[in-house]
Amino acid sequence: MESNILAQNILTIVTFLPLVGALFVLVVPGTDSVSKMNMRRIALATTVVTFVFTLVLWAMFDPSDPGFQFVQNVELIPPAIGYRMGVDGISVLFIVLTGLLMPACILASWESVENRVREYMVSFLILETLMIGVFATLDLAFFYVFFEGGLIPMFLIIGIWGGKRRIQASYKFFFYTFVGSVLMLLAIMAMYWNAGTLDIQRLLKHSFPPEMQFWLWLAFFASFAVKMPMWPFHRWLPEAHVEAPTAGSVILAAILLKLGGYGFLRFSLPMFPDASAYFANFVFFLSVCAIVITSLVALVQEDVKKLIAYSSVAHMGYVTMGIFTANVYGIQGAIFQMISHGIVSGALFLCVGVIYDRMHTREIAAYGGLVERMPQYAFAFMVFTMANVGLPGTSGFIGEFLTLIGIFQVNTWVAVGATLGVILSAGYALWLYRRVIFGALEKDSLKGILDLSRREMVVLVPLIVLTIFFGFYPAPILDATAASVEALVQHYADAVGTGAMTVAAH
Amino acid sequence: MQAFLFQVIVLAPLLGALVAGLLGRSIGHRPAEIITSSLLVLAGLCSWIVFLGILFAGGGAEHGAEAAGHGEEAAHAAFALAESTKVTLFSWVHVGDLSLDWMIRVDTLTGVMLVVVTTVSALVHIYSIGYMHEDPHRARFFAYLSLFTFAMLMLVTADNFLQLFFGWEGVGLASYLLIGFWYKKPSANAAAMKAFIVNRVGDFGFALGIFGAFMMLGSINFDEAFAQVSHMEGVTIDFLWGQWDAMTVICLLLFLGAMGKSAQFLLHTWLPDAMEGPTPVSALIHAATMVTAGVFMVARLSPMFEASEVALTVVIYVGAITAFFAATVGLVQNDIKRVIAYSTCSQLGYMFVALGLGAYSAGIFHLFTHAFFKALLFLGAGSVIHAMHHEQDMRKMGGLRTKIPLTYAMMMIGTLALTGVGIPGTPIGFAGFFSKDAIIESAAGAHTAAGDFAFWMLVIAAVFTSFYSWRLVHLTFHGKTRASRETYSHAHESPNVMMIPLYVLAAGAVLSGVLFHEVFFANAEHVTAFFRNAIVVDEHVIEEAHHVALWVKWSPAIAMIIGFLVAWQFYIRRPDLPKALAAEHSGLYQFLLNKWYFDELYDFIFVRPAKWLGRALWRGFDDWLIDGIIVGGLAARVKDVTDRVVRLQSGYLYHYAFAMLIGVAALITWAIATGGLL
Repeated sequence: MESNILAQNILTIVTFLPLVGALFVLVVPGTDSVSKMNMRRIALATTVVTFVFTLVLWAMFDPSDPGFQFVQNVELIPPAIGYRMGVDGISVLFIVLTGLLMPACILASWESVENRVREYMVSFLILETLMIGVFATLDLAFFYVFFEGGLIPMFLIIGIWGGKRRIQASYKFFFYTFVGSVLMLLAIMAMYWNAGTLDIQRLLKHSFPPEMQFWLWLAFFASFAVKMPMWPFHRWLPEAHVEAPTAGSVILAAILLKLGGYGFLRFSLPMFPDASAYFANFVFFLSVCAIVITSLVALVQEDVKKLIAYSSVAHMGYVTMGIFTANVYGIQGAIFQMISHGIVSGALFLCVGVIYDRMHTREIAAYGGLVERMPQYAFAFMVFTMANVGLPGTSGFIGEFLTLIGIFQVNTWVAVGATLGVILSAGYALWLYRRVIFGALEKDSLKGILDLSRREMVVLVPLIVLTIFFGFYPAPILDATAASVEALVQHYADAVGTGAMTVAAH
Repeated sequence: MQAFLFQVIVLAPLLGALVAGLLGRSIGHRPAEIITSSLLVLAGLCSWIVFLGILFAGGGAEHGAEAAGHGEEAAHAAFALAESTKVTLFSWVHVGDLSLDWMIRVDTLTGVMLVVVTTVSALVHIYSIGYMHEDPHRARFFAYLSLFTFAMLMLVTADNFLQLFFGWEGVGLASYLLIGFWYKKPSANAAAMKAFIVNRVGDFGFALGIFGAFMMLGSINFDEAFAQVSHMEGVTIDFLWGQWDAMTVICLLLFLGAMGKSAQFLLHTWLPDAMEGPTPVSALIHAATMVTAGVFMVARLSPMFEASEVALTVVIYVGAITAFFAATVGLVQNDIKRVIAYSTCSQLGYMFVALGLGAYSAGIFHLFTHAFFKALLFLGAGSVIHAMHHEQDMRKMGGLRTKIPLTYAMMMIGTLALTGVGIPGTPIGFAGFFSKDAIIESAAGAHTAAGDFAFWMLVIAAVFTSFYSWRLVHLTFHGKTRASRETYSHAHESPNVMMIPLYVLAAGAVLSGVLFHEVFFANAEHVTAFFRNAIVVDEHVIEEAHHVALWVKWSPAIAMIIGFLVAWQFYIRRPDLPKALAAEHSGLYQFLLNKWYFDELYDFIFVRPAKWLGRALWRGFDDWLIDGIIVGGLAARVKDVTDRVVRLQSGYLYHYAFAMLIGVAALITWAIATGGLL
C-alpha cells in the first residue's frame, strides 16, 4: 500500500479537487452567457471527476479492516496539529455520498441560477471541499475548521440565491449553528489540555476522566444536536430549507445534516463513552420526540419544502436513537439511514425543485393532478415518497428497521414510540403525494406544465436506481461499515465496563 | 429444475410488471395486456405443477415415516422441521447475528398459496382485458396487477420475517396504487390513503413483533426461530411497564399486523372503502389474496402461536366478533360491492377462528375455497356493473336474470358456495359447505368457552351470510327491474374474455371443497401427511371436530336455510317488508347502515386530534415558544449588536458580516491551538 501513490494521496485529492475546480471557475473571463455556461461546465466536470475519485476510494477501501485507511500524517505543529487524513468504515461512505450528490446539485442549478453564476459555483465547490474534509480529516483542529467553515458557503448560498425571506432564514441558520459551535470550540480546547494532542487517532485511545466527559459530551452535543437537527433544536431547518435554492436544500438535507450524526459516532460515543451511556436515555427521549412530534407537525404543513424538512427531522430521530443504542444493529442502521436519507431527501428536494422551477411556488394547494401531465415525474416522486415512508424494497426501510431492532433490545418504550413513526410517516407523505400528484388537473396554471426534461432525468434516474438497489441489496453499504462499527461497539462496551446495554437501559 | 420452476413463478409477474410499467407507453396497451396475462398464466401453470407434486407426494411412503412421529402432542413436543424446498436468490441484510437472504421457500402451505394467488391473478388479468378495455391507462393497470402478484408471491414464499414483511408492505403498496387507480376521484384517493395508513397501524404491531421475536428467539429466519420456541416456556419479556410471557407478547403484536391486513374488527374500516378500486382489483386483492395474508401469516407462524394459549384465544375472539360484526353490516348495505366486501371481512373472521382453535388446516381450507367463490362473486358483480354501465347500487337493479343469464348462473354458483349449500354427512356440496362447516364443527369440538362463543357467533353469522347473499341475488336478478328503462334495455352479457374466467372460478367454487376435503380436514392422517409440518396439524383437534353432536353438524345447514327463507320472504314475497322494518327500527337500521359508526368514531378520536396536535405543536411550540420567545429573545440581543456593525457597511453586503464572524471563529481556533504550544 505504501508504494501506491494514489492510495496515499487519494483523500487529499478528493478533498481538494473541488477547490482546484473553484479556481478554474474564478479565472473564466467575462460574465456573458457563454462564460456562464463555461463556469457551469467546469463545475460539473470538477464534481463528476471528484465523484469518480470517491468511487475509486470506495473500491480501494478494505472493508475487513476496522481501523483508519489511506492515512496521511504530516505534523504541522507537533504534537498538537497536523495535516492528518484517513477514513474508516464510518466515514468513507459519506465522502462517496457527497461526491454523488454534488453533480446532481450543479445540474439542478443549471438553468434556475442565472445571476452570479461564478460566485454560486465557487461557493458550491468550496462547500464540497469542506464537507469532504470533515469526513476525511483525522485532526480535531481541521475537523473544526471544516465543520464550521461549511457554514460560510451555505450561509451565502441561502442568503444570496435564496427566496424572499432569505435574510431571516440565513440569519437563523447562522445563529443556531454558531451557538453550538462556540461550545464545541471550548470543548476542543479542554480536550487538548487533557490529552495533549488534537490527533483524532490518539484521542480515540485516550480516556477522559468521567466527570470531564460529562461536560465535553454536552458541549459536543450542543453543536451536533443543532446540526442534526435534533428536536427541539430543529427550528432553523424548515426555514433554511424553504428559503434555500434547490441545490442548497439538497446539500443541506443530504450532507450537512449528516455532520452531526457523524460527529456523535466519531467523538461522543468512542471518546466519551461513560457520558454517552449516562445521556443515552436523554437522547432517546429527544429522538422519540423528534419522530412523533415533527411527524405530527409535518402532517399539517402547507408548504412542500417545509413538510419534507420536518420529515427530515423525524428521520434524523431514528439516526440519533440508533447511534446511542450502542449495538451493531442500531449503529449500522443509523449509518445506513444517514446514507439513505442523503439519497432520498436529496432526491425529494430535487423533485420539489422540478415543479418550483416551473411554477415558482412551493404551496401544496397550488398543485394537484400532476400525474395527468407529468407521469414520469409522478413515478419518480412515488419512489422517493415510498422510500421516505420506509417501504421495504427501498433504501429507506433498511435503516429504520435496523435502528428499531437495535433499540428494542435496549428500551421497549422508545421502540414503541419510534415505531409510531411508521404510521405517521405514511400519513404525511401520502397526504402530500395525494394533494400534489393525484386528483383532477383543474388549475389553469398547471395545464401547460411539462414532464421531466432530459437534464432532470439524468439527475433523478440514478437516484431512483440507487434507492431501489440499496433496498434490495444493502450489502455494499453494510459491508463497508461492519468492521469499524463492530470495533466501535466493542470499544464502547469495554469502556463502559458492564456492557453497553445494561447501562443504557437503566 | 424445481428451483427454476419456483423462480419462474415468482419472477414472471415481476417481469410483466416491469415491461408493462416501464415500456407500456412505447409498446402500447394490447401488448402490455397480453404479455402480463401470459406471464401470469405461465406462473399459474407452474404453480399447479408444484402443487400437484406436493399433493401426490403427500401419500408417498418416503414421507410417511416422518409424519407418523407426530401425534396429538405435535404442537408441544420438540420442534419438527417443516419439509420445504428453499432456493436462495441473493443476500439481503447481514448485520451482527441478523442474517437474512432473499429466499424462495416452498412447502405445502406455500404450495396452496401459490395456486390460489397465481390462479386468481391470471384469471383476473384476463378478465381485466375485457373489463378495463375503455380505460386510457390500461398498461399501468396491468403493471400494478402484476406488481401486486409479485409482492404477494414474495410474501408466501418468504423464509424469514423480513421477506414476509417486504411482501406484506409490497402488497400494501400495490393495493394503495390500485384502489387509487382512478386518481381523479377524490373518494378513490381517500380510500387508497386510508387503506395504506390503517394497514400501517397493523404493521406497527407486526414490526414490533419481529423485533421482539429477534430479541427472544435470536433469529428471524422461520426454521431457526421456530426451533427456539420450545425453550420459551415460562420465559418473560420486559415490555413497556411490565414483564409478560414472551411468546404471548410477540404473537399478539404479530397478530395486530394480521388484523390490519385481513381487515379484522377494529382495523377493518379500510376494506369497504377499498371498493373504490376497479372491480377486478377487489376480486384479486380484497377478496382472494391480499386480505388472506393475515390468515397465512398466523398459519405460517403456527409453531409460535401454539406456544401462547392467550394469543390463540384472542385470535378466536377477534375472528368470531369480526365474522358476526361484518355480517350484520352486510345485511343492509345497498352497494353490491360493499355487500361482498363485508362478506369477505366476515369470512376472514371464520378463518381466524379456525386458526385460533388450532385447526390451522381448516382455516387454510376455507382460505382456499373462499378464494374461488369470492373472486367469482366479485367478478360476477363486475360483470353486472359492466352490464349496468357502472351502476353499483342494488336499489337501481332487479330483474337482470333474463338480461344476463350467464352472469346470473355464475353468481348463483358463487352464492351457493358462499352460503355453504350441501348435505351434511355426505360428500355432496359446494366448496363453502365443506370448509365453513369444518370451522364451525372445530369450534364446537373445542369444548372451551372461547370455542362455544365462536360456535354461536359463527352460526348466527351463517344465518346473516345466507340472508345477505340471497338478498343480493334477489335485488339484483329477481323481481321487477328498478333500473331506468334505458339502462335496463342496454344491459348486455359481458364478452367471453370476461366470462371464461368466471367459468373457471365457478368450477373451483363447485369442486374445490369436495376434491380437497380429504387432505385439509376430513382425514386427520392425510392432513398430517399432506402438510408435512408446514403448519402445526393437531390431529386431536380434527378428531374432536369430527365427533361433535349431530345437531352441531346440521346447524350451519339450518342457519343457511333460515337465512334463505327470510330473504325470500323479504325480497320476493313481501318486498314492502324491509322498508317497514327499517322504519320501525330506524335506530338499529342506521347503526348497521353506518357500519356501527366506526369511521366517525376514528375520525373523532384519531384523525382530528392528530391534526389538531400537529397544528398546536407547530404554531404553539415551534413558532411561538422556541422561535419567538427563546431564540427570538436571544437573537434580538445579538442582532442589536450586529446591526450597528452592519450600518457601517454599505448595506450591500449585509449578510457577509456573519460569514466573517465565522471566519473569526476559525482563526480563534487556530490561535488557541498554536498559542497553547508557543
